[in-house]
Amino acid sequence: MRSILKTSFAAFVAAGIAASAMQANAQSLTGTLSIFSDMSDPAPRAVMEDMAARFGEMHPELDVQVTIIDREAYKTQIRNFLSANPPDVANWYAANRMLPYVEAGLFDDVSDIWEGQMSEELASTKGALTVDGAQYGVPYTYYQWGIYYRKDLFEQFGLSEPSTWEEELANCQTLLDNGIKCYAIGTRFLWTAGGWFDYLNMRTNGYDFHARLTNGEESWTSDEVRATFANWRTLIDMGAFIDDHQSLDWQEALPFVVNGQAASYLMGNFVVAPLREAGLTDDQLDFYQFVEITPGIPRGEDAPTDTFHIPSGAQNKEAAREFLRFVVSADNQTLINNGQNLGQLPVNAMSSVDDDKFLQQGFDMLSNRAPGGIAQFFDRDAPAEMAAAGMEGFQEFMVFPDNLDDILERLEATRQDVY
Amino acid sequence: MTISTDSYSQSPRGWYKRNEIAITPWLFLAPGMAFFAVYVIWPIWQSFGMSLYDWNGLGDIDTNGTYIGLENYNKLFGLNGERADRNFQISLWNNVKWLVLYLLAIPLGLFIALFLNQNVRGIRLYKSLFFFPFVISQVVVGLVFSWFYLPNGGLFSIMTGWFGFQIQGGVLGNPTTATYGIIAAGLWPQTAYCMILYLTGLNAVDPEQVEAARLDGAKGRKMLWYVILPQLKPATFIAFVVTIIGALRSFDLVSVMTGGGPFGSTRVLSFYVFEKSLSERGLQYGYAAAVAVVLFMIMLVFISYFLWAMYKDEKGARS
Repeated sequence: MRSILKTSFAAFVAAGIAASAMQANAQSLTGTLSIFSDMSDPAPRAVMEDMAARFGEMHPELDVQVTIIDREAYKTQIRNFLSANPPDVANWYAANRMLPYVEAGLFDDVSDIWEGQMSEELASTKGALTVDGAQYGVPYTYYQWGIYYRKDLFEQFGLSEPSTWEEELANCQTLLDNGIKCYAIGTRFLWTAGGWFDYLNMRTNGYDFHARLTNGEESWTSDEVRATFANWRTLIDMGAFIDDHQSLDWQEALPFVVNGQAASYLMGNFVVAPLREAGLTDDQLDFYQFVEITPGIPRGEDAPTDTFHIPSGAQNKEAAREFLRFVVSADNQTLINNGQNLGQLPVNAMSSVDDDKFLQQGFDMLSNRAPGGIAQFFDRDAPAEMAAAGMEGFQEFMVFPDNLDDILERLEATRQDVY
Repeated sequence: MTISTDSYSQSPRGWYKRNEIAITPWLFLAPGMAFFAVYVIWPIWQSFGMSLYDWNGLGDIDTNGTYIGLENYNKLFGLNGERADRNFQISLWNNVKWLVLYLLAIPLGLFIALFLNQNVRGIRLYKSLFFFPFVISQVVVGLVFSWFYLPNGGLFSIMTGWFGFQIQGGVLGNPTTATYGIIAAGLWPQTAYCMILYLTGLNAVDPEQVEAARLDGAKGRKMLWYVILPQLKPATFIAFVVTIIGALRSFDLVSVMTGGGPFGSTRVLSFYVFEKSLSERGLQYGYAAAVAVVLFMIMLVFISYFLWAMYKDEKGARS
């Protein structure tokens, strides 16, 4: 012990405080660290494996084991493995998506990681990971939502990026007159319609109203909600959305944008990669923030956050905590979110954002042009049952807008049931 | 003789030896019964119990769940001042459609079996081609049919185009046609199944009776109805059983082809159970268990009928 102290004291002098603290920690971590991850797509998978490898290098005594599970299958498996066979670290999502697991006592309180400096560096997502004043996980990435559009088509018809609802509608009308749909969307798996509702509602009634609505504190039959749907209906009646979207998933709607049959797509930043792969260059593709609808309302944005958690049944919590600290560190977040890796935004404020133009715009938008607040996404903000009923209603509304009264009454009944 | 009595008295047989005849069948049945009890009977009871709780499936039901009596059933049926669950009604109604339309597989299968029951060159190949859809997985059937139904450019929309009409949103995107589209996909393998049952049945048809009927001047439809069909009764019964059960457990196709959509219009009870419990936004195990109990009760009606019919049959055969 004394010799360790001595050497570490020497290191202290030689290399400074931070390095020696790392060293001391590195020596103390032993055993196995098992990580269950849902990062199953090729790029995220490489990121996860690389992170584990780098963490393993820092802690040679520690055996880091990563199990990668298919992203969709993970969503149903998590409830089994959290109680039956808990790993030390597990991926999941922030806000209401983690709430049932927190309430069932399956996620460990990790407030100690958030203490002090971390809370400042990760301030933007702290709320989404807090339940009753304690934090239950850490974020590793998030991404902006907004309108991705075909710049070349806009130029062809002399259109420019809109910033108000009137301009948006005028642009759309011009496109429709030229036989081009305004928006691609595939609502087969429902959540894409949730994105439209989030934005229309946040722009019509403001972030605070939206947060209260997803929190069950506002009625679905209220005039505010009706106003949101009235705006949505304006677009539907214009024929702004592509036809038969209820039969398509979001990837199947991409060719409409690629082939120029639809000019834009309200989507998360993950839409950029497949569009580029399909042959669109950065000159053809651009991004703008969802327009203002009710003048003067501070704009809120959707920026879903993906997270790491420690299950309560974890065996090696010490190593798990160290891994979480490693994940949120500014350097790591810069690296994993850059264009070669996830191509998303780092949560840590001390990280730097990749040069990619979409990431730059998204980062600027979320940091400087979203004074209203940052929402997670409809199905992460609202409880599961409400989200399921809501998104089904949105899809029905987009196909049969006349059913609105019936839909809203159903949603209101669900709300009174759920909360 | 004396020797054998001697040996008998010298070593009195053990209890097992004495009761061997009575016990052995039970011993052979025991593993099967044990598994059936643990994996079928016990979970059924658990479902009954779970349906009385408000529980999200996480943690222990006693600590994390709340006992709410028949509240889940009240919600399902709209009793006791609750609003009836519309999704449950949709599922129930779709199950009825499945039950009725799925039975079409029986006459279709019979027709194909009669058609294939002849001796021409390569008939085995034709038979196996007709049987093929039953061999491939339901998931593949579902995928193939959903491509077939795709709007704009799917084969089906091209075909309807020849007759000058289009189904808005595609077959699976339109809530009025989606369920029928899925049932049609389900009929494909189910018809093949019924066909194979009838083909084996036709092998067992007594040629002497056919000959006798022919001498009496029966042919065509009359021959089929009065001579062949009565002899196919066992095959018809089995085809009926598997089709009814198949209709009630129609989960794979719904899940693959529409995922219950558009806006929940193609749900069936088994899919609704999955949706409320195991799916991404499930987390209502108690409620799902209540739906499962209702589905079980519906199945029980049919199963009791099947068992009763079989019992009657056996008794008839014995006397």
